[in-house]
Amino acid sequence: MTSRNAIEVKDLVVGNGDVTAVRGVSFTIPQGGRMGLVGESGSGKSMTALALMGLLPMGWNTHGSVLHDGVDLVSQSDKALSSRRGRTISMVFQDPLSSLNPVRRVGDQISWVIRKHTGVDKKTAEQQTIELITQMKLPRPEQLVRAYPHEISGGQRQRIMIAMALACYPQLIIADEPTTALDVTVQKQVLRLLNGAAHDRGSALLMITHDLPIIAAMCDTVAVMYAGRIVEMGPVAEVFRNPRHHYTRGLLDSQPTMDNIALDGTSRLVSIPGMVPPLHDLPTGCAFNPRCAVATDKCRAEMPELSGDTLKSACWHPVPNSSEVAAQ
Amino acid sequence: MTAVTPFPADARPLLEVRQLSQTYNLRRQKLLAPRPTLRVLDTIDLSVRPGEAVGLVGESGSGKTTLTRMLTGVEKPMTGNVLYDGLDVWTGGEAHRKLFRRSVQVVLQNPRSSLDPRMRVGTSLLEPLRSLKIEGDHAARVLEVLDQVGLQKSALERFPHEFSGGQLQRIAIARALMPNPRVLIADEPVSALDVSIQAQVLNLLKDLVRDLGLGLVFIAHDLSVVAYTTSKVYVMSSGRIVEVGKPLDLFRNPEAEATRSLVGAVLSVETGLAGSALT
Repeated sequence: MTSRNAIEVKDLVVGNGDVTAVRGVSFTIPQGGRMGLVGESGSGKSMTALALMGLLPMGWNTHGSVLHDGVDLVSQSDKALSSRRGRTISMVFQDPLSSLNPVRRVGDQISWVIRKHTGVDKKTAEQQTIELITQMKLPRPEQLVRAYPHEISGGQRQRIMIAMALACYPQLIIADEPTTALDVTVQKQVLRLLNGAAHDRGSALLMITHDLPIIAAMCDTVAVMYAGRIVEMGPVAEVFRNPRHHYTRGLLDSQPTMDNIALDGTSRLVSIPGMVPPLHDLPTGCAFNPRCAVATDKCRAEMPELSGDTLKSACWHPVPNSSEVAAQ
Repeated sequence: MTAVTPFPADARPLLEVRQLSQTYNLRRQKLLAPRPTLRVLDTIDLSVRPGEAVGLVGESGSGKTTLTRMLTGVEKPMTGNVLYDGLDVWTGGEAHRKLFRRSVQVVLQNPRSSLDPRMRVGTSLLEPLRSLKIEGDHAARVLEVLDQVGLQKSALERFPHEFSGGQLQRIAIARALMPNPRVLIADEPVSALDVSIQAQVLNLLKDLVRDLGLGLVFIAHDLSVVAYTTSKVYVMSSGRIVEVGKPLDLFRNPEAEATRSLVGAVLSVETGLAGSALT
C-alpha cells in the first residue's frame, strides 16, 4: 500500500506534559513536492520536524497522525522508525559539525548509511559513496572520503550531510536551516545542490527556515507557523505577494531588502512590536493578538481556524488582498 | 522623513586605523627554516566619525574579526596605527589608553553567551563601570541607559535566561553604552536573532547613532543588513580592504571580485519567486 503523498500530517500535537510546542498542525506534501515551513524560534517548526523523524527529546510525545509510505509514523516503534530514518525519510541538520561523528572519516559515515539500509557489501557502498561525493561537486572525492569532519570546510561538511541524506533515495528530505551556519557566498551553492539533487531523485523536500528568500527560491508551497500553529499556508507566490495574515505581512516587511530600503540610510524598517510569546504563557484567542495592530476583542477571545481555498489563513481580520484594494 | 545630522560630515574621525598590518607566526615546518608567517591584515585604512555608521563586510576568514580586535585594543598591531581622537592608542600614554578603553565599546553576536548567566542584569550593566573604575551616580546612569534602549526598570532584577534573544541583545547594547562611549563596534549583532526582532535591533542601533552621535562600526556578512544600517561600507577579502563606497554604489556597480560575490549571494523574495535566485 503506497500513498501518492510523500507525507500527510494531520492534527499533529507535540508536547511534554508541561508545554505544548506544536498545537494541531496539518499539511500534506505530494510526491516530489517542496514545502517551506517558516517561523521564529519557539514557533514549533523544529519540533514538527523532529516529530516527523521520531527524534523528539526524552519526555516529549506526539499525537495526531503522520502518514508516510503507507504507515502512520506516530504509532511506529522506535526500531521501525530507526529503519526508516535515512532510507525513506531523511534529514539535513543545521550545524554539520555537531551532527557528523567527529571520530569517523566522512566517507565511512556515508557508506555506513548505505550498507545499513540497502545491505550491499562494503566495496559497493564505498563506490556509491564516491559517486555521491562527486555529485555533490566536491573536489578530489577519493581523498575527501578519508577526511575527518574537522579537516574540511563548513560548506563541504554540509554537502557531506546532504550526500548522506540523499544516499538511499528517500521519499522525503527534511532540511532544518541547512545554510544558516554557512557563509553567505557558499549558501547559494549548497541550496542549488540540494535543489538539484532532490529533483533528480524525485524526493519531496520540507525546508525549515526563518529565511523567507530561501523559501521563495526553493519551494512551491509555504506554511507560516506562529506559537505552535500554522497561521497561513498556500502557494509561495500567493503567500508572499498577497499575505492575508498580519504576521506574514510583518515578516515580509521587516526584511531589509533592496526593494524596501532607501540606500542612503534614511529609511526605517517596519518591525513587529513585542516578541514571540513563551509556550507556557500563550495569550487566549489568536496567539498573535498582542503584537497585531488590528486586533479586536474577538481576536483576544476566540482562536481563528485556518480557512480559505488555495491560500488558507487563520485571521479574523485578514489583510485586504490587492484585488480588493483595487476595487475600492 | 529627512535625516538630520547634527554632526558635520567633515568632523575629525573618532576612531581610525592607518596602514594597519598584522602577521601571525605559524607553527615551524622545518627545524632550521624560519617559521612561516600568515599576513592576516594588509595595510588597512578605516575611519569612523561621530554620528556616522560604517559597515564592514567580507566572508569568514577575510580578517573582519582580527580588525575588530585591533579597533577595540585587544590586540596590538605589528605595523600601522590605531588612533582614537587623533592620538595613537598604543603610544599615546596611559591616560589616553584609558580614555580609549572606555570610549570604544563592543556588542557581540550572541547575547546568550556574552552575558553572564549567573549575574542579574543590573549587575551586568554595572560591570563595565566597575572594571573601568568610572566614578559617578551609577544608579542614575543605569536608568538613563535602560531608557535609551527601551527596557523596563524591572529588567534589572532578572537573569539573562528570563529574556528573549532580542531583549538580551538590547541588554548587551545597554551594557556597551554604560561607560558613555563614543564609538560602538557591533560584530554581527543581529545574525543570531529572529527575523521580526532583527528589525527592532537594527532600528535601535540607527537611533543611537543619530541621537547620541555615536560612531558605529557594523560588522556583518549580510550585505542587505549592512546597507540598511550604514552609510559607508568597507569590503574585506583576504586581509585587505578591496572596495569602499556607499551601499547603493556597491550594489549597483560592484567592482571588486569579493564585492561581486557578496552582492550575488544576496537572495530576495522577489528573485526567488521569479525563479532566478539560484541560477
